[in-house]
Amino acid sequence: MALLETRGLTARYGDFQALFGVEMALEAGETIAIVGANGAGKTTLMRSISGVLKNEASQIVFDGEPIGALAAPDVMARGIAMTPEGRKLFPSLSVEENLLIGKYGRAVDGPWSLETIYGLFPILRERRNSPGTALSGGQQQMVAIGRALMSNPRVLLFDEISLGLAPVIIRDIYAIFPRIRETGSSVVIVEQDIGQAMKVADRLYCMMEGRITLSGAPASLTREAIHAAYFGATA
Amino acid sequence: MDITATAWRVESRTRASNMFSIVAAILTLLALAAPLFISRGAVQNLFFILTMLVLAQCWNLLAGYAGLVSVGQQAFVGFGAYAMFAGVILLRLDPIAAILFSGLAAALLAIPTGYFIFRLQGAYFAIGSWVVAEIARLALAQWKPLGGGTGTSLPGGAVRDMWGAAAVGKLLGMRPVQAADVVCYWLALALAVATIGFIYWLLRSRQGLALAAVRDNQETARSVGVDARRLKTFVYLATAFVTGLVGALIYVQKARISPDAAFSVVDWTAYVIFVVVIGGIGTIEGPILGVIVLFLLRDTFADYGSWYLLALGLIGIAVMLFAPRGLWGLFADRTGIQFFPIRRTLRGGPECATKTIEGATHG
Amino acid sequence: MTSLIDVVVQGVLLGGLYALFAAGLSLVFGIMRLVNLAHGDLIVLAAFLILALVTKLGLNPFVAALVAAPIMFALGWVLQSQVLNRTLGPDILPPLLVTFGLSIVIQNGLLESFSADSRRISTGSLETASLTLGSVDIGVMPLLTFLSAVAVIVGLNQLFYRTALGRAFRATSDDRVTAGLMGIRPDRIFATATGIAMVVVTIAALYLGARANFDPTIGPARLIYAFEAVIIGGLGSLWGTLAGGVVIGVAQTAGAAVNPEWQILAGHLAFVLVLLLRPRGLFPSAVN
Repeated sequence: MALLETRGLTARYGDFQALFGVEMALEAGETIAIVGANGAGKTTLMRSISGVLKNEASQIVFDGEPIGALAAPDVMARGIAMTPEGRKLFPSLSVEENLLIGKYGRAVDGPWSLETIYGLFPILRERRNSPGTALSGGQQQMVAIGRALMSNPRVLLFDEISLGLAPVIIRDIYAIFPRIRETGSSVVIVEQDIGQAMKVADRLYCMMEGRITLSGAPASLTREAIHAAYFGATA
Repeated sequence: MDITATAWRVESRTRASNMFSIVAAILTLLALAAPLFISRGAVQNLFFILTMLVLAQCWNLLAGYAGLVSVGQQAFVGFGAYAMFAGVILLRLDPIAAILFSGLAAALLAIPTGYFIFRLQGAYFAIGSWVVAEIARLALAQWKPLGGGTGTSLPGGAVRDMWGAAAVGKLLGMRPVQAADVVCYWLALALAVATIGFIYWLLRSRQGLALAAVRDNQETARSVGVDARRLKTFVYLATAFVTGLVGALIYVQKARISPDAAFSVVDWTAYVIFVVVIGGIGTIEGPILGVIVLFLLRDTFADYGSWYLLALGLIGIAVMLFAPRGLWGLFADRTGIQFFPIRRTLRGGPECATKTIEGATHG
Repeated sequence: MTSLIDVVVQGVLLGGLYALFAAGLSLVFGIMRLVNLAHGDLIVLAAFLILALVTKLGLNPFVAALVAAPIMFALGWVLQSQVLNRTLGPDILPPLLVTFGLSIVIQNGLLESFSADSRRISTGSLETASLTLGSVDIGVMPLLTFLSAVAVIVGLNQLFYRTALGRAFRATSDDRVTAGLMGIRPDRIFATATGIAMVVVTIAALYLGARANFDPTIGPARLIYAFEAVIIGGLGSLWGTLAGGVVIGVAQTAGAAVNPEWQILAGHLAFVLVLLLRPRGLFPSAVN
């Protein structure tokens, strides 16, 4: 059985339906990527899984437990951590405090701690007392990732971590993925940058207008198929 | 293809509202004639209802429509009342003339106080308005010619010789002081009708639509050209004027004033807020219903002092938490009836479009 | 004729009391943008609670305050989680009107329970004890009040900036949704904040009741002083709140020195003056 899966997941914002019966699965230790254009429903999917949005209980199952109706603090306590879209660091907290708050709801020992995260992102150690939002975009993304790692989660959700960042910074951030893999975490990345996604993912899902339109291992998917699934029409 | 196109019209009238305007006209005429038939005590009760109604409509306009939640309207009640006393005692004005003078005085007070408290937002605006009322109270308590901290009374002849009191006395066969009560009552009736008429007119006008927009989302309203600041200032000044008038009128009837009474938070703000909240905030019908409820409760429980106020407080809290649109809101939600229709409906248009599209409610 | 030094010293010490009134208000507003219009009445309620413990159990006032503190914490917790949490949201009316209603309820509840008589919490010989520093006599109780205010502010700042709970407070005040992703439950954080504010209120109540007579109706005036101190100090800074309290205190004692009837008015006028000259207060915090 998959570690995390969604079964017929639907989500609405008032009268607007954003997800139509989305089915996806994440096996333990895997990294999967979810790609799609703006408005495809990727972030809605992340918000549903992380508990920010409330869904029907049975539509999201984590380690055999239906968590669809749980609120974010409860989901987080069970070991699913998210870096939200736009990073969302706390302006009133310093860099180090932003990292520390990551384990407020789940203080579990594991490979990740303040020390090891500073090892992963040395620049943060230098800026540890700066206000979280005084850093550059790339550095803020590092803080957001570190913050998610602090609770030693079993599943990591990365929502659009490359958004608004220069390519060289994106490359640096993605360079840490092998370290995360080593520790056995399971990861879901949501990305618009398909190239990077395909480099790190074991499997890929493509979404369009609230539905999964394609899935499979990156190697097995042709450019045309992805293009069609991403945009809808063949070029 | 030939489509008979009738013009689109924006309308507010509904069948219920048309019926209601007839009923309202009849009731007003009855109210006008009432002193002929009812006792002096009943006239005084009606006076209380009407003056509370005016205060409630003003507070509703301020808080429910303009989003200016004030807990300091007693500043204008008290200042208006004191202005009237000053007019009668120091300037030897007739009380009726002094009432008009008070309204203007209250509006003038609203200019510097508005300038000051408009620097504050939300809850801080509310407390700021309370501070203003406290300053007015403390300042006037120092004014010895009007009795200082203990207050004073209107000279005996002033009310008796009031404009109209003698004529009404002859007409209805009453002693001058009782006739004065009737004159005050008619003034209160006129003020109530005028205030409700003014508010209804305002809300149906373009300014009213703008006001609702400002209350819902000030930034968006600004972006379509609504001058929020001017609109709110206008509402603040207008309600100050009317509140000053009512304050003066109430104290003509009472004929005795003191700073603590004239600037009482309980009498001129707490009861008013409860009336509007329990009746239904953001509607014209709500305060009318609320005043009736308040009067019935007061009549039944007045002897119970603090328990009465405590119960009102609890009811107010419960209504705010569980039925925030008040009693009228509950009724209107079920039935969709509006007696003072301000919801704009789009009617007419080409024959082929058969459904009417309703705009969003204001409340 | 009181000397200038005397006026300033008494004013500063009085400012300590006002800062105690204001600290709880400031804390709650900082975290959840809620202004509790019943704040002053809650101080009076706590004073009556302490008085009841003193008279019924024969406790020393300071011990009574210690016993009252957890009771008030629980009261604040329940009030926030059951009533006030329901009012939080984009509309400003519900919290204002519900807390206003609460103010009326508390005042009248106290009137029925304790009558309108003036009370005092007796602290025995401390009431009249004083120290002499140079040319000035400093009452022991006013000094204790001021030092307690400083201690409370130091304590709250430590809580805010050195503990996990304090981080959670700041995070929740920044961004409630993302705080949830960190495992912070906003409802519980708000309830805890109000509970802590009620503990501060209890301390304020002790000094209020020991200093002067109190009765069920004096709550709103305390709310106004607290609010004025917060605004003068600038939102977001507890030390600013202390400064604000001192400004009001000095203005009041100066006014009283000229004419005792002008004491309260002088405080309000100082508030108006500061607000006109410095709309954001004397020490607004840099963030937002």
